[in-house]
Amino acid sequence: MTNLNELTIADARDLLRKGEATAVDLTMACLTAMDAGDELNAFVHKTPDIALDRARAADLRIKAGDAPAMCGIPVGIKDVYCTKGVLSQAASNVLKGFRPEYESTVTQNLADAGAVMLGKLNMDEFAMGSTNEHSCYGAAVNPWRRDGDDTPLTPGGSSGGSAAAVAADLCLAATGTDTGGSIRQPAAFTGIVGIKPTYGRCSRWGVIAYASSLDQAGPMTKSVRDAAIMLGAMAGHDPKDSTSADIPVPDFEAMLTGDIRGKKIGIPREYRIEGLPAEIAAIWDRGTAMLKDAGAEIVDISLPHTKYALPAYYVVAPAEASSNLARYDGVRYGHRAKLSQGDGITEMYEKTRAEGFGHEVQRRVMIGTYVLSAGFYDAYYNRARKVRALIKRDFENVFADGIDAILAPISPSAAFGLGDVADSDPVAMYLNDVFTVTLNLAGLPGVAVPVGLNAQGLPLGLQLIGRPWEEGDLLNHAYVLEQAAGFVSKPGKWW
Amino acid sequence: MSIDIDTARKVAHLARIAVKEEDLPALAGELSAVLNFMEQLNEVDVEGVEPMTSVTPMRLKRRQDVVTDGGMADRILSNAPDAREGFFAVPKVVE
Repeated sequence: MTNLNELTIADARDLLRKGEATAVDLTMACLTAMDAGDELNAFVHKTPDIALDRARAADLRIKAGDAPAMCGIPVGIKDVYCTKGVLSQAASNVLKGFRPEYESTVTQNLADAGAVMLGKLNMDEFAMGSTNEHSCYGAAVNPWRRDGDDTPLTPGGSSGGSAAAVAADLCLAATGTDTGGSIRQPAAFTGIVGIKPTYGRCSRWGVIAYASSLDQAGPMTKSVRDAAIMLGAMAGHDPKDSTSADIPVPDFEAMLTGDIRGKKIGIPREYRIEGLPAEIAAIWDRGTAMLKDAGAEIVDISLPHTKYALPAYYVVAPAEASSNLARYDGVRYGHRAKLSQGDGITEMYEKTRAEGFGHEVQRRVMIGTYVLSAGFYDAYYNRARKVRALIKRDFENVFADGIDAILAPISPSAAFGLGDVADSDPVAMYLNDVFTVTLNLAGLPGVAVPVGLNAQGLPLGLQLIGRPWEEGDLLNHAYVLEQAAGFVSKPGKWW
Repeated sequence: MSIDIDTARKVAHLARIAVKEEDLPALAGELSAVLNFMEQLNEVDVEGVEPMTSVTPMRLKRRQDVVTDGGMADRILSNAPDAREGFFAVPKVVE
């Protein structure tokens, strides 16, 4: 029998309901795997006592007979979610020691559904990064390695700890957040599934903000079915988030019919960028063929403003970040710098933020400050918002033409070595996000599905992009791709 | 658009981040590289396009402007680096 920590949510749920395993058994198996996985640096705060308390409570609920699907399922929580009484630092030194007095809506929804929190997961500081190297805890490490090569690889970012933990079976699933690809890219780098829902599907309340008009919470799981189950538990209207949508959450799992006959799949020609590596082009073609074989109609489409998504993103996101991160001033929570004789409040702010923010966060806050400053607001920020409107319109046009989902690459490469992208070259680093930021700008849902391995034995994924609020239909497309790809590979255990 | 050292110093101050004088040239270089990358946006014809203000076309919900919670000063201060007598304490601001 499979070890309990290696199960999918769906299989674990069935075992729990049949009484063939208990939530305590599952949790113990994950806690053991978590402790054995310290070299991955995925879990940065462990909460075994909370986990066992919740597992025991879940077992009582399951015995009583009306437990929801997530009841008793051990999950990891990205450090960006505020969890009551448990360190929540968004991987930043500026939030060192921060123990929120409240629980984020999404983690509360999961707790209400009976999910078991194992601990908090590594990430790029304030979710700014694509490698998980920008973390006050140090980098999380990808459980995957190239064949015959023990170079440590990035799990991607920003939700790198979540991806590493799920891929290495330290937990059954994890929460992530996606501002510019932070769920989908790490999912692709580690061979797991991750969905960024429509903007407004999950409450942002209690999720430490990066860029409020782009941030969205979502699940990272071992299968599409699990993503459907967990998203259902995370989502829902929340009066505490004014951008949270007041619309019903359907039963996403029930929408996984496996039938996409007659659906129209758009293949955006602008994503076939110059210099697209052959392995990425090949996996994209394979994925396209799989959907065609499943009875979908493949349509060549154009999203003409794609090229401008990345520069628009790197204006809008830092602008919002500079405003959101103004709250870290050394007064209400987290770090405060030691002051010298004669230092006033301005020195306190400046020293606190210089000591507390990592280099990439400082850079983005300053870029944001610049593009919002007098004289540049129109030239950069307003222009970027106009381009954003055009990017959104591109998607609206193809959906209006009857396209049901769009198939595209996630990242220009498979996972690469930690330290391979120089910190001093921000533009090279940002190019990782070229395929993912478009749908954050447009607010659309996107799901990453593992499709195959490259020549070096590393996972490659593809993303499907759907219509707003139609995550169920999108997940059904992803389910068909998953079934056709039959991706079952696991990283060889070295940790 | 190239950022000079004086502009980098000014931006750092506006952002309330202390940057050492010797680190300003590197910062100016990095900011310039990012801004040059953003120059591509000037290629786009945005004539008559409204800047996007909300991601999904929805009217924000309204609520009564009333107190809904409170009376928990100790919990609000529980994470403060310096809290005294029920207040956040900061260096003297007024001479």
